Amino acid sequence: MTAFGKLIRTTAFRLTLVYLFLFALFAASLLAYFAWNTRRLITEQITTTVNVEIGEITSIYNRRGLHGLLTTMGNRALRPGANLYLLTAPNGQALAGNVGSLAPGVMSVQGWSETAYRRIDDQDKTDHRALVRVAEMDNGFRLLVGRDLEERRRLFGIVAKAAQWSILVVVVLGIGGGIFVARRVLHRIDAMTGTTRRIMAGDLSGRLPVGRSGDELDRLAENLNAMLERIEALMTGLKEVSDNIAHDLKTPLTRLRNRAEEALARSGSEADYRAALERTIEESDGLIRTFNALLMIARAESGQARGNMDDFDGADVANGIHELYEPLAEDDGMTLQVKTAPSPVHGNRELISQAVANLVENAIKYGKPDAGVEPMKADAREILIEARREGDQVLLSVTDHGPGIPEGDRKHAVERFVRLEASRTLPGSGLGLSLASAVATLHGGELRLGDAHPGLVATLVLPARAGGSDRLAAQTQDVPQKAA
Amino acid sequence: MTATAPQMRILIIEDDRESADYLVKAFREVGYIADLASDGEEGLSMAETGDYDVLVVDRMLPKRDGLSLIGSLRDKGNRTPVLILSALGQVDDRIKGLRAGGDDYLPKPYSFAELLARVEVLSRRNVGPAEETTYKVGDLELDRLSHRVARGKDELTLQPREFRLLEYLMKHAGQVVTRTMLLENVWDYHFDPQTNVIDVHISRLRSKIDKGFERPLLHTIRGAGYMIRDGIR
Repeated sequence: MTAFGKLIRTTAFRLTLVYLFLFALFAASLLAYFAWNTRRLITEQITTTVNVEIGEITSIYNRRGLHGLLTTMGNRALRPGANLYLLTAPNGQALAGNVGSLAPGVMSVQGWSETAYRRIDDQDKTDHRALVRVAEMDNGFRLLVGRDLEERRRLFGIVAKAAQWSILVVVVLGIGGGIFVARRVLHRIDAMTGTTRRIMAGDLSGRLPVGRSGDELDRLAENLNAMLERIEALMTGLKEVSDNIAHDLKTPLTRLRNRAEEALARSGSEADYRAALERTIEESDGLIRTFNALLMIARAESGQARGNMDDFDGADVANGIHELYEPLAEDDGMTLQVKTAPSPVHGNRELISQAVANLVENAIKYGKPDAGVEPMKADAREILIEARREGDQVLLSVTDHGPGIPEGDRKHAVERFVRLEASRTLPGSGLGLSLASAVATLHGGELRLGDAHPGLVATLVLPARAGGSDRLAAQTQDVPQKAA
Repeated sequence: MTATAPQMRILIIEDDRESADYLVKAFREVGYIADLASDGEEGLSMAETGDYDVLVVDRMLPKRDGLSLIGSLRDKGNRTPVLILSALGQVDDRIKGLRAGGDDYLPKPYSFAELLARVEVLSRRNVGPAEETTYKVGDLELDRLSHRVARGKDELTLQPREFRLLEYLMKHAGQVVTRTMLLENVWDYHFDPQTNVIDVHISRLRSKIDKGFERPLLHTIRGAGYMIRDGIR
């Protein structure tokens, strides 16, 4: 496409053409209105003048007779810039006046007409046009008084010329302006296109140029930049994940392979083979779990799970998870407690449940108090699940009194596959906190890791459902009423 | 399955040759009749003409995808239980599958033990005492209306969740019930706990219903799950 072709194809240019057409139409109709009104005004003026003169001449004739009439007409006809006068006898002979010739038949019609004429003293032999009135007097004489229409014609010409010029100016300015605007827009769009091409070619760090005017293109560019930022972050995340997957899944796969190989090499009994196969299945189940968790995180992070959101109480989630994990904690020598207050949220219940479950599993696994810490507090082996509302946030937290996570490691701990030194020896995929964090992010919240002095408090911070508190508050009020 | 029971007929609609052959072989080994269709159209016509107890349908199939196949079966009034197999294992996919008319949903990869247990629970041949108000296994009795559980002459006190766990197990007495099935049906969670959380609940239940009795009723089936039944394996 040529540069000009590109230019006239821009929206700015096309819009300009539309406006141009509209403005030209507007100017033309304005001028037409003006011209028509002026013409009417001039005609009115002529009519009035002619009527007055006919009145005057008639009254002179009535007072002074034919002689007076002839004198008056002769005088009036000779005045500079005079009107047209003609007096004819009943036989049609011209008696006085300044009209040389008329269109045939004009004198025979009484009243107003427009006609071509020539003055007696006209040098050029061209016809002029005039608006005339013919009146018959009582003696059968006919009197014509009229006025040249040149003035009206000239005025019309001026208006027509003005129309031509103004339309020309509108068109020239319009097209010029259109090209200017289109070029400006095109220039910026071209800059954006260039950047997007670079980005498409693989350079995700490129950003669109943002001007200072804050106009719609700047806002678009800002939004696109934010989008690019997010895409870049996702891509980086993805790359990290695939690196980590490659590394962290290789280990169990290698182990799996070695075990199978070992079982084959050692020609043992059927029971040995059976045991080896069972271990293999166990190990692959673990791998599948890891994959599932990864998929789940990917889902949550990409926002695909947004479809399944509904309104529920975070307290129910806390109670449900408490009920599910309480026996497990007890078997592990811990006590699992739950403390809930109405916590209205809008979200994916399944994912939030899983996130809280992950936090509880972590607390059971890693939240045992350090043997060395003295004196041991009474509630050291207690894990607390808590759901409450704080302002416009709902907090779902799990607190343990284990060694906790040093402040410097907390950000790191949320990353995929990260298993802090202390936990390396325990089974687990290293994905629990990542999933909880991804779930929080999906809901527009975050996962906060804090210090429980000693221990870890992991909190899912979720936005509270607007308006939900009233309904729930009303519900809690109902309970004592029923009891009473 | 006992030898006298009529053989269960299963239709597997799966386009991946290798896993389809594996499934057919595995189902035949446990004594079922298993037929195979390798695309959606073939599967639909076989499902319509054959008298099957359960259909195992892969979600992504050539010619006609699994969900549309189920939809068109259901439109024609065919109520054969359907288990959907899918590589898309997430919650929303499961909901989509069940909404389309599937009865159960199993994400790939799955263990055959899990699939078998689910197929047996789904099968029309094995419609248990679903509508009965009391379940009975050996001398263990569970009253669904009064929420009373008794073993022999002893009244047992169960927590509400333990009651529901036992209720589900007894509803499917004689059938293997996997951990995931329990988590889904008793707790209504569809995620995958990294720990043996279900085992702990089972062992608590077991201590209440089997402890002190000569004959255990709640059995662990290795590599699969649990089963409640009277008598030795």
